[in-house]
Parts: sequence; C-alpha cells; structure tokens
Amino acid sequence: MDHLDVLADAAENLYPARMQMALSLGWHIVFACFGIAFPLITVVTEWRGHRRGDAALLGLARTWAKAMGILFAAGAVSGTLLSFEMGILWPGLMDRFGEVYGFPFVLEGFAFFIEAIFVGVYLFGWDRLSPRAHVLSAVPMIVSGMAGAFFVVAANAWMNNPTGFRLDAQGDVVDAQPWAAMFGPSTWPQVVHMLLAAYMVTGFTIASVYAVGMLRGGRERHSRLGLAIPLAFAVAVTPVQIGVGDWIANTVADNQPAKLAAMEGQYETTAGAPLSIGGWYSDGEMRWALEIPAGLSLLVHHDPDGVVLGLEEFPADELPPVNVVHLAFDTMVALGSALLLLAVWCGWAWWRRRRLPDSRWFLRAVAVSGVAAVVAMEAGWVVTEVGRQPWVVYGLLRTADAVSPAPGLWLGFYAVVAVYTVLTALTVYVLRRLAHRPGTPAPQEVDAEPPDRGTGQVALR
Amino acid sequence: MTLAEVVLTVMFVGLVAYGLFGGADFGAGIWDLLAGGTRRGARQRELIEHSIAPVWEANHVWLIFVLVVLWTAFSGPFAAVVTTLYVPLTLAAFGMIARGAAFAFRKSTTTLGMRRALGAAFAFSSLATPYFLGAVVGGVASGRVPAGIAAGDVVTSWVNPTSALGGVLAVLVCAYLAAVFLCGDARREGAEDLVQQFRVRALGTAAVTGAVGIAGLFVLRADAPQLFDGLTGRAAPVVALSVVAGVAALVLLWLRRYAARAASGLAVTAILVGWAVAQYPYVLVPEVTIEEAAVGRSTLVAMLVALGAGAVVLVPSLVYLYVLFQRPPAQAPAHRGAG
Repeated sequence: MDHLDVLADAAENLYPARMQMALSLGWHIVFACFGIAFPLITVVTEWRGHRRGDAALLGLARTWAKAMGILFAAGAVSGTLLSFEMGILWPGLMDRFGEVYGFPFVLEGFAFFIEAIFVGVYLFGWDRLSPRAHVLSAVPMIVSGMAGAFFVVAANAWMNNPTGFRLDAQGDVVDAQPWAAMFGPSTWPQVVHMLLAAYMVTGFTIASVYAVGMLRGGRERHSRLGLAIPLAFAVAVTPVQIGVGDWIANTVADNQPAKLAAMEGQYETTAGAPLSIGGWYSDGEMRWALEIPAGLSLLVHHDPDGVVLGLEEFPADELPPVNVVHLAFDTMVALGSALLLLAVWCGWAWWRRRRLPDSRWFLRAVAVSGVAAVVAMEAGWVVTEVGRQPWVVYGLLRTADAVSPAPGLWLGFYAVVAVYTVLTALTVYVLRRLAHRPGTPAPQEVDAEPPDRGTGQVALR
Repeated sequence: MTLAEVVLTVMFVGLVAYGLFGGADFGAGIWDLLAGGTRRGARQRELIEHSIAPVWEANHVWLIFVLVVLWTAFSGPFAAVVTTLYVPLTLAAFGMIARGAAFAFRKSTTTLGMRRALGAAFAFSSLATPYFLGAVVGGVASGRVPAGIAAGDVVTSWVNPTSALGGVLAVLVCAYLAAVFLCGDARREGAEDLVQQFRVRALGTAAVTGAVGIAGLFVLRADAPQLFDGLTGRAAPVVALSVVAGVAALVLLWLRRYAARAASGLAVTAILVGWAVAQYPYVLVPEVTIEEAAVGRSTLVAMLVALGAGAVVLVPSLVYLYVLFQRPPAQAPAHRGAG
C-alpha cells in the first residue's frame, strides 16, 4: 500500500473513529458514574439499616446492591471495549505518547481490579459476612471507584494540558516523567468536577426512579426513603459543583484559551466581554444570543474589565467547532443551574419543616432531575472533548494524525452502534425487572432463587 | 535481566493468569454450549454458573492489565499489533461484551425465550473469543505483524495456518482447564455424577489437545519456521515440561487425584512460557527486539513501582475473594428480596 492510500484511509476513518469513541465513552461514562457513587450511597443505607434495625433501609440497600451489580457488569464490559479502542482507533496517540500518557491507566487497571473483586465480595458476601464485615468490605470498592476515576480523568487532563516530558528535535518524547504527567494543571479541577458529577448523576437518577413511582401512587415508606437518601447526596454536592465549575473554567481560560473562546462563541479579544447565552455562531459573529454585559470577564477573571482572548487570536485550523462547544456548554450550565434550584428547594424545605416537599410538582421536578444530570454530564464531556479539537494532545498532536489508517476501520462504528443498542436494551430490561421484582438476582450472586418452577424454566438455570 | 525484560515478564505473568483463570471461564462457557438440551444440561449449567459468577469479572481484568502494561511500556509494538490485528481484536472485544453481558443478565431474566437467547450468546461468544485471541497470538508469533501503524495485512495477519492453530489450541485449552476446574467444583458441591461427566470431558479434551499440538508442530514448521526453531531449540525444555505436566495431569485425572488441577495449570503455563522463550528476544518477529521496543527508563521504573505496590494490594484481595467464595451462606436466604 503506498503512502497516498494510507492517507486516504486515515481521512476516511477519522469521522467514524471519532463517533465510535464518542459513543463508547459517552455510554461508558454513565455507568462509570454509578460505579463511583452508588457504592457509598448503598453502604450508608445498609449501615443505617443495621444501626436502627430498619428492614426498609436494609431492603433498599439490598435492591441497590443488585442494581449496582448489574450496572457494574455493563460498565465492565463496555470499559473493556474502550481499552481496545484506545489502541485500535488512536495508534498515533499510543505510539508517540503511550509512555507518558499510558501510566495512569496501569494504576486504573489495579483500581478496577480491586473494584471488581470487592463488588463480587460485597454481593456474594451479603448472607455470608457479619454486618460489620460486610459494610467494611464495601470500603475498598468505594475507594477504588474514586481512585479509578482519578486515574482516568488524570489521563484526560493530560490530553488537555500535556506535561511531564520533553520533545527532542524530531518531536519524539524524551525524559518522560509519568508521575509528574498525572498532576498537570487540569487534573484536580477535572477530577473534582467529575467526582461531584458522578454523585449528582447517581443521586438524582435513583431519586428520580422513586419519584416516578410515587407519582404513580406508591407512597410507602421505602419509596420515600428511596427518594430521600440518594437525593440528599445529590443535593449536598450540587452547590459545591457550581463553585468547582468556576475553578475549572478558570483553568481552561489559563491553559486552553481557544476552548474557552469556543465555549462562549467569543470572536474578538475584548475587555469587559459579555456572557453569551444561546445563539448561533457564524462568520465571526454570535447571533441571537442573550448577552450579559461583562459577564464573561467577571466569570473568568472575577473582574468586569478583564481581557478575554477571542477566537480571532487563533488560526482557523486550530479552532474547534464553535457551535457544538458553545451550545453544549450552555446546556450543561443551564441544567446545572436548574438542579441547583431543586437543591435550594430541598434545602429550604428541610430547614423550615425538617422534611422534603411532597407536592406533585416537587416529585415531577425530581423525576426529571436524573435525565437532567445525565445530559448535563454528557454535555460537559462534549465541551471538554470537542473543545480540545482539532487536537488529541493539545497543541502537539492532531486527532487526524492519531487515527489508524487501517482499511475498513470505519465499519467498526456501525458494529459498535449495533452492539451498544442491544446492550442498552438489555440493561434497561434487567433494571426494570429488578424494579418490579426485587428478588431478581444480580450478576455476581450465585445462590439465586430458581426461576418459577412448573413452567419448564427451572431447567435453564 | 534488563529493566524492560522485568516489565515484560510481569506483563507475561498477567497473561498467564488470564490464560488460566479467564481461560477457564471461557471454557466453562464452551461446556455450557455443549451441555445438551434445556433439561438435560440444566445441572451442568447450574454448576458452571455457580463456579464463575463471583469471579469472572475479576478474572477478566487480567486482560486489561496486560493491555495497559503493553501500551505504556511497549507503546510502539502495541500500536503495531492492535492496528494490524484490529479485526480479530474488535471481534474478541465484542465477544467479551456478549459473553459478560449475556452471562450477567441471563439469571436476572426468567422468560424462556430471553434465557435461551442470552444463554446462546454466552455460549457462542465463549467459543469465539478465545479463538480470536489465539489467532492474534498466532499472527504475532508467526511474524506477521511488522513494526509501524497498520503496516501489516489486516486479513492475512490473522487468517493463516499459525493463527488457525493458535485459535483452535486456545479454545481447546480453555475447555480443558474448565473441565478440570469444574471437576473440582462439582466434587466440592458433592455432585458425584457431575464430577464424572467433567472428568470424562477433561480426559477427552486433553487427548484432542495433545493430538492438535503434535499436528501443530508440522503446521509451524511449514508456516512459521522461526517459531518452530525456537520451540524445538531454545524452548525445548519448556515444551517438554508442558508435555510431562500434561501427561501427569491425565494420569492424575484417570486416578481421580485432584492434584490434576495443579498439573494442568502447569502444563498450560508452560505452553505460554514456551511461546515467549521461543520468540525471545523479539517482541515483533523478526525485526523489533525487547530493548528496541521498550520506552524510557523513568517510565519503566515508575511502572515497576506501581506494579509492586499494586500487587501488595491486589494479591491479598484476590486470595480473600477466592477464600470467601468457598464459604457457604451463613444464614438461610429466608428474607432475601425483602426490598
């Protein structure tokens, strides 16, 4: 195959490869959120159940543990595909920067290992361990879930702000310092933002399931607890997330000014830049946007006269697609603000009356909060990833130069769409079954109740 | 031993662990496929389910471990291998998804049609995935992956005699290991009839594997002479060890001594080590050696520190999982499903 053919294949592969990666990551991240946050919510419920001898709490914890097992299984298999795709789709990234960038994934490998082991221990040990030992067995699962998130997000933060190595005259990596590379300027803001997002996604989503049930008339104690406990976690972290959002926006402004300009659709470098909400960017102009005077300068520099770099500062071939990034950013901020209002509502009611609101409007708000949190989180990742384009390693390696030129690679995208459609349908089906029949076993349990006898189904176990 | 060789050795330990534990889980799926009709195979399927449910996710992570060590410490060859062999690797990944998801969700469903479909997906993917992984090994071992991104032929790199041999041997070895392990599990559960069934299967699979192995030497002599020279030269003692351990395992199985597990594990380990020794010092036969392929020293050192520290946490956790798994429920599952 001559050189031109290879280039042709790479060009043909770029868009499907990006879509395949986006689909795989966007799917996996939802399950990763549950992997991070669900164990703590579950084990706190279990612990309180043991302390108070409360069967409703223990029952909830048991159901959640099963749901956690199902979500973990789905997350584990989708994560496997990702680790293949990193090399199959982006060999240019792995070949050139693997020694700097790959290291956090080795640590993540260990974290995931520990998590997998203790998810097994936690579910398998339900009737086999003492209550104390069982609650303690969840600790490694909680810690490794968070550690895993740290390592993966640290790798992503490195792609945004590559540090911890030098390039020689040929552009080859020399003097790689993988520990230092994990702690670049974006690492902590991104990690904290993601961990809190995980708690928001998990908390609001579980609460929304029970809110839907209560809207349909199920107002038993276990429904109210099932709504209140996860909601308490989500509501507690939401205000903090707004502050962390400010932190991460400042990090982006300092280190990736083109991304920040795209997030805001800001063409001209100006002092006292306005904050544009909505609108459509074309030909160096933001149209139909709601503008808050000096808002952007205030946000970024905490000074109404601060100078914000505009898109005009950067060559056209180093800019991300502005509208995608801008609208995704607005979506995230809008949904985050709506969730903050919900949190304030809960906080107010708790402060005044020591209980959650129970009006139908409140339940409706909680019922949509799960979807809102997931969409906000996905939109945030669109901002991070699309906003980094056209680079895969910011300023150093273009995505187009990292993609594999292997012939036929683009077909993989369609296969992945098909596989994920089936996987999603199955996961939803099994979770719905669990919701209707709490006795449904989780994947990691062994001595599950046999299926209904007398219908010929027992034989299929 | 150089630093790069130490890291590669640790990676290889992970690969052997995946071969033994992950391989046995795939093999269990193969026996699920061959267990017979819905009713007749029910007890075998139940044993298989009991044996792998709490451990398969942890066993599966060995593969992730191998991948991340390779892409960090041997980034160049990793990129070369996964791009040239992307087709079987993608198919293997789909197989892992189908296997994991189907196994995980099968017991959470009760309708007959759903269970049949998921059971079939579990079983067929357990057969296909080791084949593709074995074909990848065959492609690498026969020198069909040149250095450079997507530099090799994306079809003939895995559709060739050595890959076919690798795939078939992988499937047979998985099935054999599973039969031996399931034999022990059935004995622990006191199911004497299942012990007998899996013992017969282990003996039969061992015989077939041995025959394919011998025939395979002729395939390698014709198709991958460098590998053949390595296996019959430098690696000959390891290959001999594998044969001795394999025969010992057969005798032990015949005598119903369940030290057969250890002997079987040794035989399979020796096959994998034999491949490594035969290929040494090349990562990509016949052009890239370990030293040429390895990344910078500081990354290798960081990697070894991480691997050492990780092992301190990992090994006790794994031991705990396997020990706990042998324990019966402390209480009757009377209030199960109270939620």
